[in-house]
Amino acid sequence: MNTEILGVVAMFVLTVLLAIPLGKYIGKIFTGEKTIFDKLFQPLEKLFFKLSGIDAAQEMNWKQHLVALLTINLVWFLLTLFILMNIGWLPFNPDGNPSMSPDLAFNTTISFVTNTNLQHYSGESGLSYFGQLTLMLLQFISAGAGMAACAVVFTAMKEKTTDKLGNFYNYFVKSCVRILLPISIVVATLLVFNGTPMTLKGKDQIISMQGDTINVSRGPAAAMIAIKQLGTNGGGYFGVNSAHPLENPNYLTNMAENISILLIPIAMIFALGFVLKRKKLAWVIFGVMTLGFLFFLIPSIALELKGNPAIDHMHINQALGSMEGKEIRFGSAASAYWGITTTVTSNGSVNAMHDSFTPLTGMFTMLGMMVNSFYGGVGVGFLNFYIFIIIAVFISGLMVGRTPEFLGKKIEAREMKIATIIALLHPFLILTGTAIASFLYAHHPDTYAGWLNNPGNHGFSEMLYEFTSSSANNGSGFEGLGDNTPFWNIACGIVMLLARFLPIIGPVAIAGILANKKYIPESAGTLKTDTLTFGIMVFAVIIIIAALSFFPALTLGPIAEHFKIY
Amino acid sequence: MKTTIFQAIRLTILTLLFFSGIYTLIILGIAQLAPNKGKGESITVDGKKYYTNVGQSFTDDKYFNSRPSAVNYNAAGSGGSNKGPSNPDYLAQVQARIDTFLVHNPGVKKEEIPSELVTASGSGLDPNISVKAAEVQVNRIAAVRKISVDVLQQLIKDNIEKPLAGIFGPKKINVLKLNLALDNLK
Repeated sequence: MNTEILGVVAMFVLTVLLAIPLGKYIGKIFTGEKTIFDKLFQPLEKLFFKLSGIDAAQEMNWKQHLVALLTINLVWFLLTLFILMNIGWLPFNPDGNPSMSPDLAFNTTISFVTNTNLQHYSGESGLSYFGQLTLMLLQFISAGAGMAACAVVFTAMKEKTTDKLGNFYNYFVKSCVRILLPISIVVATLLVFNGTPMTLKGKDQIISMQGDTINVSRGPAAAMIAIKQLGTNGGGYFGVNSAHPLENPNYLTNMAENISILLIPIAMIFALGFVLKRKKLAWVIFGVMTLGFLFFLIPSIALELKGNPAIDHMHINQALGSMEGKEIRFGSAASAYWGITTTVTSNGSVNAMHDSFTPLTGMFTMLGMMVNSFYGGVGVGFLNFYIFIIIAVFISGLMVGRTPEFLGKKIEAREMKIATIIALLHPFLILTGTAIASFLYAHHPDTYAGWLNNPGNHGFSEMLYEFTSSSANNGSGFEGLGDNTPFWNIACGIVMLLARFLPIIGPVAIAGILANKKYIPESAGTLKTDTLTFGIMVFAVIIIIAALSFFPALTLGPIAEHFKIY
Repeated sequence: MKTTIFQAIRLTILTLLFFSGIYTLIILGIAQLAPNKGKGESITVDGKKYYTNVGQSFTDDKYFNSRPSAVNYNAAGSGGSNKGPSNPDYLAQVQARIDTFLVHNPGVKKEEIPSELVTASGSGLDPNISVKAAEVQVNRIAAVRKISVDVLQQLIKDNIEKPLAGIFGPKKINVLKLNLALDNLK
């Protein structure tokens, strides 16, 4: 078989094989069972709790969880904003890079606090090493916060009536220390041994073979790249992210990084199975997500391998596929695989330029973000999926004429209202944002001429992609967009903020309310949620909500472009 | 509420010290064990240092040329062209690159030009070209350097980097290493 395809298959199979035991381990951490690493990590966690004055055994209800989560996020926001606006004079700045402008710092801070990692700056020139390391902190803790919120929902889904849902700080610190930290160390080690820089020295000046003087950017990159992948952050060290030959030097590092993108999102589903002791439910959810994922992946790989038809018209050899914006060492198949994995998981790191993908691959990357729950971000991906489950349960209940129940709890008007608002928030933010941007561009083409790098439908796609990426907390971009302007910095900042916290608050609230309700034991009349039929139902709900909401916009962008060149 | 705020501030400071500080130091420590000590892989030839992973601009006819780059191989930054597949200006640019290539490589047919030699990479620093992209340049280099074609074909063969474990991913050629070997032919 073709070695490019074989590489992609190997990556996916390895990911799933690693995710199953990891899911079991995560499940044990969330339920407080013993694991073999307790002796190693317990002292460290105790130190964290003791010095912060936190009693990690204190049980919280869902409202207390949200207060703790939102408060600590506010602290992160203020701290990061201060640092980014002052990196010019703060230490660890060997290249003498300047402080960020207020609007760029606003955007970047929100971007990293919300686990988005949209980058309107370029790492080499826009940040000091101190700034990079601060953002790396957020890559750990924003991922940890997402996992903690997910742990709250898992706990609430158990078959009992309670308002005690564990301790937020306990879930949060354990997610960071016991899950993200050890795997990051493993991945970073693999990277430094394969040539990724990890140094505090500044740029290195060399003379090329043809006699040009070149300053090669370096820095403490390996540490950041590991956590950027594992925490579905995606914010790269260098401007072009994992397409950069120092950030991702060879096919082995590419496999390791790409496996890291999907690993924890998939493991979280298996963790759910272990926490609830409902392995079948976990497999149904995994099945639905994987079906959707393959639905985006397979055509994308095929299209990229086939090449750009407009270049075919020039009668040259496109044996390697569409190579604009791609690296030789990865090839078209692994670039398309990365493109889809990074968008379905809200990661947003890239190893090829999405702006230069063929139109429909570009559309599938957008659809991955529009659905945002075929695996989804660490923790939050399941929260999004949970909303779709609630809606599917409700619709199924109406179809068969029974009171909708999910895992023994009645779903009533209040939960449905929350679920509907959250499900509609995502299309609302994306489409409204794109509409405003399009209006401004169309009515003031001279003022905003610097925005678009490509004319016509593709230019529209650039704007649509940017808002989709912001709202999905993804962070990748059609990078041709000239996005470091006050409009894009502020608009995307607001979208990221709303799209991060409302979809955390909603599911936690629903789960918290449901946990408080009386448990109804299963009977013959219960709608079973761990069946193929229900899986198809959820899949249909997702497709209808995503397809109906976004189809018109996609028609104006990638679909129109596709028909232009094919 | 006041307690929650102080707990949050204290926990944030601790995580800052641990994840930005100690975690970084752990990885920096591990990097000291790596062959290149975490400073990026490099080779030194005749007292000149090159980064093997960072592509260089090769445009001379006497060298195997590297791919086009949106940032002209300036490794202080990085970047792709971000041109969409239907962009007319972009397609005109590709056409111009094809024409230039044909001028520099008389005798090569259009159908033999691999698209990666006329399209820009994602990073702008791509250190590799495909085997075909090297082979299509052989006649030109043979003529400029007055070396036999067979010697160059063998040189390319010796410089092919196989897929990972022989089965995963594309095979490729590091342009810098190939050109260093080319200069070494005497």
